[in-house]
Amino acid sequence: MEPTLKLHQLTKVIGKKTIIDNISLDVYPGEVFGFLGPNGAGKTTTIRMIVGLIKPTKGNVSICGYRVDKQFVQAMNQIGAIVENPELYKFLSGRENLEAFARMLPGVDDKRIQEVIDLVDLTARIDDKVKTYSLGMRQRLGIAQALLNNPRVLILDEPTNGLDPMGIRDLRLFIRRLVEETGLSVLVSSHILAEIELLADRVAIMSRGKIVKVGTVHALIEELASTVDLHVTNSFEVLPIVQGYEGIDQADVVDERTIRISMNVEETAKLNRYLMERDVEVFGLERRVQTLEDLFITLTGGDHIA
Amino acid sequence: MPNPSMLGLIRNEVLKIHRKRRLMVVSIILIVLVSMFTYANYRQIEKQREEQGTIDWRVDLQQEIIDTQNRLASANVQDEFRQILEFQVQQNQYYLDNDINPNYPGAPTFMRVFFSQGTTLVLPLFIIVLMADIVSGEHNDGTIKTLLSRPVRRYKILLAKWLTTLLYTSILIFVTAVVSYAISGIVLGWDGWNAPILTGFQASPTGTFSTDFVHTLPMWEYLLMSMGLSWLVVAAVGTISLMISVLVKNTATGIGIMMAVLISGPLLTSLGSNWDSSKYLVNVNFGLHTYLEGQAPPIDGMTLPFSLLVILIWSMVALAYAFYHFTQKDVY
Repeated sequence: MEPTLKLHQLTKVIGKKTIIDNISLDVYPGEVFGFLGPNGAGKTTTIRMIVGLIKPTKGNVSICGYRVDKQFVQAMNQIGAIVENPELYKFLSGRENLEAFARMLPGVDDKRIQEVIDLVDLTARIDDKVKTYSLGMRQRLGIAQALLNNPRVLILDEPTNGLDPMGIRDLRLFIRRLVEETGLSVLVSSHILAEIELLADRVAIMSRGKIVKVGTVHALIEELASTVDLHVTNSFEVLPIVQGYEGIDQADVVDERTIRISMNVEETAKLNRYLMERDVEVFGLERRVQTLEDLFITLTGGDHIA
Repeated sequence: MPNPSMLGLIRNEVLKIHRKRRLMVVSIILIVLVSMFTYANYRQIEKQREEQGTIDWRVDLQQEIIDTQNRLASANVQDEFRQILEFQVQQNQYYLDNDINPNYPGAPTFMRVFFSQGTTLVLPLFIIVLMADIVSGEHNDGTIKTLLSRPVRRYKILLAKWLTTLLYTSILIFVTAVVSYAISGIVLGWDGWNAPILTGFQASPTGTFSTDFVHTLPMWEYLLMSMGLSWLVVAAVGTISLMISVLVKNTATGIGIMMAVLISGPLLTSLGSNWDSSKYLVNVNFGLHTYLEGQAPPIDGMTLPFSLLVILIWSMVALAYAFYHFTQKDVY
């Protein structure tokens, strides 16, 4: 499958400072790709290079095979983006904004404009001035603008900024539905892990201008889920028995009824049988699935995380 | 017409300016200004009638010539100013000899004076009010990011903005003509379109004054020429203002810079006779109406073609640099 968005050895140097350091990435159709990193890691700078606002010092960006630096118009026809904030004309109504941007796109008629308005559920307020909109409504209008040209790639830069939990949930469902219905690729940047974890299929973790890790969310979580909590009647009595099992790396008492064991989680069932054979009463055996946060902190040096 | 088209882009720019109500603000200021000038004009006529018991322009003009000569006779007149006064006397005498009233009462004469006086400061100020944030405003609002990540080449976006500047220059000249005619007409009367007016006086700061090329024009024709010159100056100011708007991301700073450019023009001309090469500065050349009226230009060597060329070159350089900067620079 051809990637819809391809970053090839993308580098940006400003003065003597390397802001973006040799980033390569492929995003495929029907994929939600999470772009994760603390503030200042270079996510927005990368996005600006994708949409042609900043020229890369080295490397290039292709959208559906079109090079942004050489075939700007064709490339931008395949992409819709919100960079940083949903930047729209506050003194115009929502509809006037969409009409104005539609005039910059080929083949977007009034019918399509109404379609995207319905899609983001703004019909009731679309003729009001944007300055009267809440942040969530602006976000939705921004998405409507980005979707006008039926893009193959949608870029959302920190889309949950300023949204309440309800809004975040709605946005997540909306993006999921959109991807299922249209098969486009979505690149979502965020510094908040919980969002990306629920939303993205794959993530790239960025720190100080470099991509430090790329992988599916599932694989990353597997990699992290390496501890098991064992619930028993008396931790101190059971601990020596647990430590006698060969398959564990380490076991510690957390409290009177809990022992935390570092081990290969695939071996959990075997550990359970081992304990049963030794008449240990097991009330619970819990795989402690860690969030990406732990990995994130390790990879990015733990600075500036949400 | 298939999108994206240049016409669509211009329509977007017009929509933005329209929704900011800029033209309305400018029109209101214009109405207030014209009303004040009309009233002042009316008071002057009244006073004349009281003092002279007549409004015969010949008596009036003769009186003006005598007044000017009296001023010339006094010792404390600067040399440069003396020159201007002498030309004035000669010009007025020429009008008197040919029995043509230079200040034919009526709205068209008011328009003539308003365009002549307004071109160096008031009209350029209005175009700055209208257009100063055409690019910097997009930076202030952040909308530049959305605008420049759409499938339209950057040079086309700036071209649309420049053409919009020229469009608003035309609208501004038109509105000024309508407002100054409509309001002054109430008091001064509506006719005078065909009143003869003289043009073609040739004066130079070195002291030569020639009437060899003087010819008569009907007022409407003179006014068209006058408005054409105003259009050129306002379009040039609009173009330079566009460049400043591209370079200076902060609109208030941009307006400040343009104000400084405008105001320093007349300041330089009043000091400039000793600084010869200041004639190559664009803001020294905005007084195009002096050529039409036959007044001496501020610096020797300045002629209408010279001033037009200087304005054209400055505008083109400003435009070229604006395009270079707008299409090449990173947007943050």
